[in-house]
Amino acid sequence: MWDLVLEDRRINSLRLVAPMWNGRIRGIHRLGGAVAPEGNQKKKRTILQLLTNYFYDVEALRDYLLQREMYKVHEKNRSFTWLEKQHGPYGAGAFFILKQGGAVKFRDKEWIRPDKYGHFSQEFWNFCVVPVEAVDASDCDINYEGLDNLLLLKELQSLSLQRCSHVDDWCLSRLYPLADSLQELSLAGCPRVSERGLACLHHLRNLRRLDISDLPAVSNPGLTQILVEEMLPNCEVVGVDWAEGLKSGPEEQPQDTASPVPA
Amino acid sequence: MIRRVLPHGLGRGLLTRKPGTRRGGFSLDWDGKVSEIKKKIKSILPGRSCDLLQDTSHLPPEHSDVVIVGGGVLGLSVAYWLKKLESRRGAIRVLVVERDHTYSQASTGLSVGGICQQFSLPENIQLSLFSASFLRNINEYLAVVDAPPLDLRFSPSGYLLLASEKDAAAMESNVKVQRQVGAKISLMSPDQLRNKFPWINTEGVALASYGMEDEGWFDPWCLLQGLRRKVQSLGVLFCQGEVTRFVSSSQRMLTTDDKAVVLKRIHKVHVKMDCSLEYQPVECAIVVNAAGAWSAQIAALAGIGEGPPGTLQGTKLPVEPRKRYVYVWHCPQGPGLETPLVADTSGAYFRREGLGSNYLGGRSPTEQEEPDPANLEVDHDFFQDKVWPHLALRIPAFETLKVQSAWASYYDYNTFDQNGVVGPHPLVANMYFATGFSGHGLQQAPGVGRAVAEMILKGRFQTIDLSPFLFTRFYLGEKIQENNII
Repeated sequence: MWDLVLEDRRINSLRLVAPMWNGRIRGIHRLGGAVAPEGNQKKKRTILQLLTNYFYDVEALRDYLLQREMYKVHEKNRSFTWLEKQHGPYGAGAFFILKQGGAVKFRDKEWIRPDKYGHFSQEFWNFCVVPVEAVDASDCDINYEGLDNLLLLKELQSLSLQRCSHVDDWCLSRLYPLADSLQELSLAGCPRVSERGLACLHHLRNLRRLDISDLPAVSNPGLTQILVEEMLPNCEVVGVDWAEGLKSGPEEQPQDTASPVPA
Repeated sequence: MIRRVLPHGLGRGLLTRKPGTRRGGFSLDWDGKVSEIKKKIKSILPGRSCDLLQDTSHLPPEHSDVVIVGGGVLGLSVAYWLKKLESRRGAIRVLVVERDHTYSQASTGLSVGGICQQFSLPENIQLSLFSASFLRNINEYLAVVDAPPLDLRFSPSGYLLLASEKDAAAMESNVKVQRQVGAKISLMSPDQLRNKFPWINTEGVALASYGMEDEGWFDPWCLLQGLRRKVQSLGVLFCQGEVTRFVSSSQRMLTTDDKAVVLKRIHKVHVKMDCSLEYQPVECAIVVNAAGAWSAQIAALAGIGEGPPGTLQGTKLPVEPRKRYVYVWHCPQGPGLETPLVADTSGAYFRREGLGSNYLGGRSPTEQEEPDPANLEVDHDFFQDKVWPHLALRIPAFETLKVQSAWASYYDYNTFDQNGVVGPHPLVANMYFATGFSGHGLQQAPGVGRAVAEMILKGRFQTIDLSPFLFTRFYLGEKIQENNII
């Protein structure tokens, strides 16, 4: 009988000791997290996940990591409006986009695009009096706060927000200050844009072309496209070819499934 | 030598010998006894609650620093901000007492989930703006490790308020205040309105105000569940039960002009368990009354309003349940995707629901036609007689609508001035209110929760000054009314 109790106590004492080791564990992981490349991160996540179930400290650590990730996005989207005084709105807006890794086109000038290390030539500061007419912010981390900088570009005609993972419905509701100039908008592949956000694009009355293809959060892509077309009668809406799925008969289906692979 | 002897003689013998075999044929159920004793000893060990006599794990704790009565969105928001603003993690123990964990009658789940800034009081506009920024960053505020992100389903379509000739001046001054506070509201003339929304009949409309940002509607259930999840991960305790009694002490005191007042202090809250006679007294320092439509009952339990009328002691909490209907209808020719929430000059409102030409709306009844709030049955004649004529006049397409379903919900209606009650009671010093928002409690919950938490922890409002919403205004007779159209 007593050995059972003893065994129990031993287990309990082990549990009491464990948190003291955590100090070291945390140190190791924090260092590792900072240095580890992308591939290792996934494996570590699962170990951390496992440990989270047992130790409050690990949970707190993961909470901290989560917070840091969010903080990074906020940091990237901080306001550059202070540059407006010195360089004008176009300079500030263009600097923000280039810093994010996107491309800008000043009127009658070539596209300016940062290289793969994120460096870009500083000569665009000379064009600051020329309005920016096109912005390609594909794959950028722009979020709601970052739009502050984008909305400085009052004469923007073409805006591409393809595959921006932080662009959501709140952002779309905020594009109305560009209504007078914006003619082309691409939202293709934004994972957080849904039909609820698309509904407030009716403010953009000068829109000529709208790309809403490949939006995973939209529940009924076909119906949504029809409704958007109704809402914006002067605009060409590019989306999923909703009739595609209807036409393909059973004998054509193998062809359909094969075609995306080489593409 | 000893070492060699021990394992063979003593050690091995003690370990291998079964207790029952010593005397031979001892017929007690040893295995059962052993596991029972094991369990009891386990329960004494640190980290577990002691239950030598009976299992009390289903009861709320005996002590809690703050007891929040009502686990709706307001109560949970207070709990969230208390845990968020506490000086170190785990500093305060918070218990949320909710009567019905399915939230079947709670106003939160039955609400239509609108958020707008078109109020006339700057405090209400600030609260709403704060809530909008909270909802925008909801996945950062309510982030829980390993939990999937919340999908708030926010539709940023805005509110469109219509004003008749008589109300146009009031609307203009309201919009001026709203813009000063920071809301993005635009004013529209009937012509502009007709251009933008050709499906509206502008007859009798003199002016319209339209919210451009941070206005729309969302899924209240998602906010509730998100808050619940986060609050649970922060260590707030939940309990399904009902508050039946407050144990308090009173103290007779004189004011500076020699009037006798009785100061009360709540020491214990009796929480009656759901579906049983069992109750648990919870010793507490602060009680937050966030019971929504039923908060007047809770206030009366604490002795608020038991006194000669006209005095501070005799001032009741003027919050009562009022029934409001929401109807869902189908209309294939109705307005399209761009439809905002439209509030007509008559008080009728509607909004789009989903993509399939479904709409949802209702109207607040006048004082005379107020329905009996005893149950949540829907009066369909009310739609036919009081809502539909106004809607069909404003939107000609709604002549041919077909009602599909309807439900009713409770408002925590403040009969005094239709605004919230926030902060401590002047005489029952440790009861705080977060109630009486008369239908806009959901959209202001994040801001109100923060204000109440600041009042409890810091002793004053810091982010948004809600001092006009204190309880004392009922005694002083200072109405702070919205001169609003909704």
